[in-house]
Amino acid sequence: MSQRHIVVIGNGISGTTLARHVRKRSDDTITIISSESDYFYSRPALMYVYMGHMLQENTKPYEDRFWSENRINLRRAHVNRVDTVQKVLHLDDHSTMSYDVLVIASGSHSNPGSWHGSHFEGVQGLVSLQDLSAMESNTQNCSRAVVVGGGLIGVEMVEMLRSRGIHVTYLVREFKFWSSALRSEESDIVERHIIADHGVDLHTQTELKEILGDENGRVRAVLTTKGDEIPCSFVGIAIGVKPNIAFLQESGIETGTGILVNECFETSAKDVYAIGDCAEFRTALSGRTKIEQIWYTGRMQAETLAATLTGTTSVYRPVNFFNSAKLFDIEFQVYSRNVKIPDTCRSVFWMNHHRRCAIRLFYDPQTLRFEGVTLLGVRYRHEVCDRWLREEKDIEYVLCHLSDANFDPEFFRHYENYLVEEYNAKSGKQLQLKKRSWKRIFQGIGK
Amino acid sequence: MKKIRNIGRTLFAVGLLTFVLSLSMSHFVLTEKVAYSQLNTVYTGEGKTAYEILEPQLTQLYGKKYDSRFAFIADYRKIFSDYNAPLKAAGKWEQVIHDDKLVMVVKHSGAGLLTDQLWFRLVFLLSFIGTCIGALMIIFPEYAGKPFGIHNNGIYHSPASNGGWIGIVVGTFLILFYIVLYFFPQYITNWMLLADPVRKLFSENGEADQWFLYGFIYCLAMVVMGIRMLLKYRGNRYQQVRTFSVMFFQVCFAFMIPELLSALNQPSVDLKHIWPLHYNYFEGERIESMYAFGGIGIAMFWWGVALFVIGVPLFTYLYGKRWYCSWVCGCGGLAETLGDPYRQLSDKSVKAWKIERWMIHSVLVFVVIMTVLVLIAWQTKQDTVLGISSGMLKMIYGFLIGSVFSGVVGTGFYPMMGNRVWCRFGCPLAAYLGLIQRFKSRFRITTNGGQCISCGNCSTYCEMGIDVRWYAQRGQNIVRSSCVGCGVCSSVCPRGVLKLENAPEAGRINEDPIIIGHDGIRLKMD
Ligand SMILES: Cc1cc2nc3c(=O)[nH]c(=O)nc-3n(C[C@H](O)[C@H](O)[C@H](O)COP(=O)(O)OP(=O)(O)OC[C@H]3O[C@@H](n4cnc5c(N)ncnc54)[C@H](O)[C@@H]3O)c2cc1C
Ligand code: SF4
Repeated sequence: MSQRHIVVIGNGISGTTLARHVRKRSDDTITIISSESDYFYSRPALMYVYMGHMLQENTKPYEDRFWSENRINLRRAHVNRVDTVQKVLHLDDHSTMSYDVLVIASGSHSNPGSWHGSHFEGVQGLVSLQDLSAMESNTQNCSRAVVVGGGLIGVEMVEMLRSRGIHVTYLVREFKFWSSALRSEESDIVERHIIADHGVDLHTQTELKEILGDENGRVRAVLTTKGDEIPCSFVGIAIGVKPNIAFLQESGIETGTGILVNECFETSAKDVYAIGDCAEFRTALSGRTKIEQIWYTGRMQAETLAATLTGTTSVYRPVNFFNSAKLFDIEFQVYSRNVKIPDTCRSVFWMNHHRRCAIRLFYDPQTLRFEGVTLLGVRYRHEVCDRWLREEKDIEYVLCHLSDANFDPEFFRHYENYLVEEYNAKSGKQLQLKKRSWKRIFQGIGK
Repeated sequence: MKKIRNIGRTLFAVGLLTFVLSLSMSHFVLTEKVAYSQLNTVYTGEGKTAYEILEPQLTQLYGKKYDSRFAFIADYRKIFSDYNAPLKAAGKWEQVIHDDKLVMVVKHSGAGLLTDQLWFRLVFLLSFIGTCIGALMIIFPEYAGKPFGIHNNGIYHSPASNGGWIGIVVGTFLILFYIVLYFFPQYITNWMLLADPVRKLFSENGEADQWFLYGFIYCLAMVVMGIRMLLKYRGNRYQQVRTFSVMFFQVCFAFMIPELLSALNQPSVDLKHIWPLHYNYFEGERIESMYAFGGIGIAMFWWGVALFVIGVPLFTYLYGKRWYCSWVCGCGGLAETLGDPYRQLSDKSVKAWKIERWMIHSVLVFVVIMTVLVLIAWQTKQDTVLGISSGMLKMIYGFLIGSVFSGVVGTGFYPMMGNRVWCRFGCPLAAYLGLIQRFKSRFRITTNGGQCISCGNCSTYCEMGIDVRWYAQRGQNIVRSSCVGCGVCSSVCPRGVLKLENAPEAGRINEDPIIIGHDGIRLKMD
């Protein structure tokens, strides 16, 4: 293959993973253009910078010299316009750059919502470094804040503000916290933790109605759908993110909510691909969403496309779903066949409020096939859960071998036995928990 | 809560200040009794004691009051140098008298406030008990009533922990402390006086020298800061068990057991101190003195040898280097307790890693050569082996590595370069353990599939400067000779990615990992 110029827009996890994998397998010229930062950094780590756990410097996964050593050119600029006919990019510094292959990994921005008053100073979302520094200055001398949105970025914002002792009122539309991913018992554990342990003023089933400002154009309070007026000098909006596609308007590349792609990430324009937060599948893959806006999917999409670009035409085949998060002090993990575990699944459940842990194993009531597991405060082994899902093990097999899955540090309490007991009590069976076996755990790993 | 902390801060500051000021709470008068008791045991080449020879000059000092410790020491030393100068000029080295007893002479010549019972008690209480209680009053409210879980909030906002000015002040204090402790102990004899009552708990006639003082302060620091660790890592049993373990080994094995042994007239040995960290383990005089105790001394000597020959490889094979470095070792213990607030300051760059490998292995080579030469010299009774003076080599090692590196730099630079500077760049035992850990061990840090979000908490809080994230984000297990297995990467990871594990060796090192999650690499079938 002759040397092409592969240009990537966006230096997030998707863009950089693509560049790294293409570099491993080809000699093409690679350029990453991005306007937010000079170097790739970990977006999920933004909160830790605000909370003082790390410096922004520490959130960069690679040392600065990594990029030149791997012959990946970095360019700090914003792409204003894409000309897919001439194959040229128009940048905000009035220069142009031509490409042979274009990969758009432009990510997303915070959905600002459409409330009256969202333009007031002190109202913002959190996605970028610029948002982070805005938050830093917006929360100087702030004693009361409101955060809107019961997703992960929402809780993160709440945690950030609480780490600085700011009183936070947290508005969540749903009946229970994060009910899209958690069952009611788990939501309870989390809600109790953030209210009782971290002093968050949580309002579920409450939405923002209007933002009120003062004469200087700063926010002074919000009105909720329940009719309360809550004074505050900061409002965090975390009601979701939207793909960055504004710069593609005149390019002729087909877009919907995101950039429309097929399962090979081809857009409607020749030699133009899109991956990560900004890409939208024309038809959703089975069990998955049309737009996948998480870290891991961005990485996996990039790995797949990199294979295609270096000669092995590949289709995106995410297998089982996995994800994790941390809700204040409670770690959450999920391994499941589908992104959304069907409501028809039955579950074996154990929890301990005091220790803030819960384990829930899902299975199909007819076939007993294992459908996934969600965990609070307990860590499970990705490989093992993934293998059970792939091999379509039934719940009884999973229960007997549950010790293999535990990934908690040494000396931690183990709870697997309780699940077996729970299942036995309900089913009248006499399952026995087997001892952990390295042989089983490591089968198939590393091959 | 705030009130308690403020009282704690005040108490700590007053205690520390008292401790420092106690150094100037004496004037000095040499008495015949002190001179006799100290110097009449020092024999010179001619079979006479130093006291007998120097008596005429010493007499002139008796009863003379010095307000300044410096003047006292200068005059006392002048006696020796005046006597020695002509001998040195004439090359009569064997007749030269060394002022070995300087520290004890100064200590016992002190008079003034501290000889007053009431004052002594007050200063003792404030210096030792006051600082500790003060520190605990600062520590407890920080964690009391808070939910369990690790909260590193504000670490990089505080000049105490982000390498800022408070850290530099603390570091400077520690550096000065180590310099006087190792090289100018005669200036801190009042601290030894303060530690006397503690020594007397072990043996009625005992008294504290600088090493007892050091051991005592070391234990206090480890206990107080160990309690902080136990609180900070509530909800994490690995951290708690491990912290308890280092506290136990320091207080019992490094401090109390040797004291008790010596009170019972047995060899006073730290049974967990292993060559080559214990670099003079194979010194001829030491071996002879151990053997002089008969059975128990011989057993203890060979216990140490067995630890190094069998214990280290075996335990490191089974559990990794952590069994020693973050569960047993005193240096490691101090780093894990007193040093915990500074762990994030270690350098994570590849360059630092390169320097580290060069330095630590050089020290290992150095200590091996030094030890072999010293052993040969002992056996052949010739100082010079292969044209190198073994005594000189030993002295250089002791000064450069044993004192400056492990003490002054190793601990003094906690607040600037992180808490494991010594363990990472200098400790020859760590190098030995590390070689086994890297090449023949069941230990690794397992990476949990594809869950890493590259956030960097693990690398940031790695005290050994390992870029843990580099491996974690590629789905690769972490197998590094320097890893001391403190487990903090695993504790701070917000996504449950890391687990310290002892497991079969097969598959431990996965150089080219595949991150699970998708079957993307498939030929398209049109
Ligand atoms: C606060 C926060 C926490 C998160 N936590 C998690 C988590 O814990 N787990 C998880 O799985 N996911 C998490 N996510 C989601 C995850 O970060 C994203 O899915 C992921 O970063 C998307 O990566 P990307 O490479 O597709 O896009 P991005 O990381 O958004 O990178 C795109 C880059 O392209 C730049 N760009 C866009 N348009 C242009 C243009 N025209 N010209 C030049 N440059 C341009 C953007 O400025 C941006 O820097 C979190 C997101 C946020 C905001
Ligand atoms: S702390 Fe955990 S998630 Fe963050 S980089 Fe390290 S391994 Fe990855």
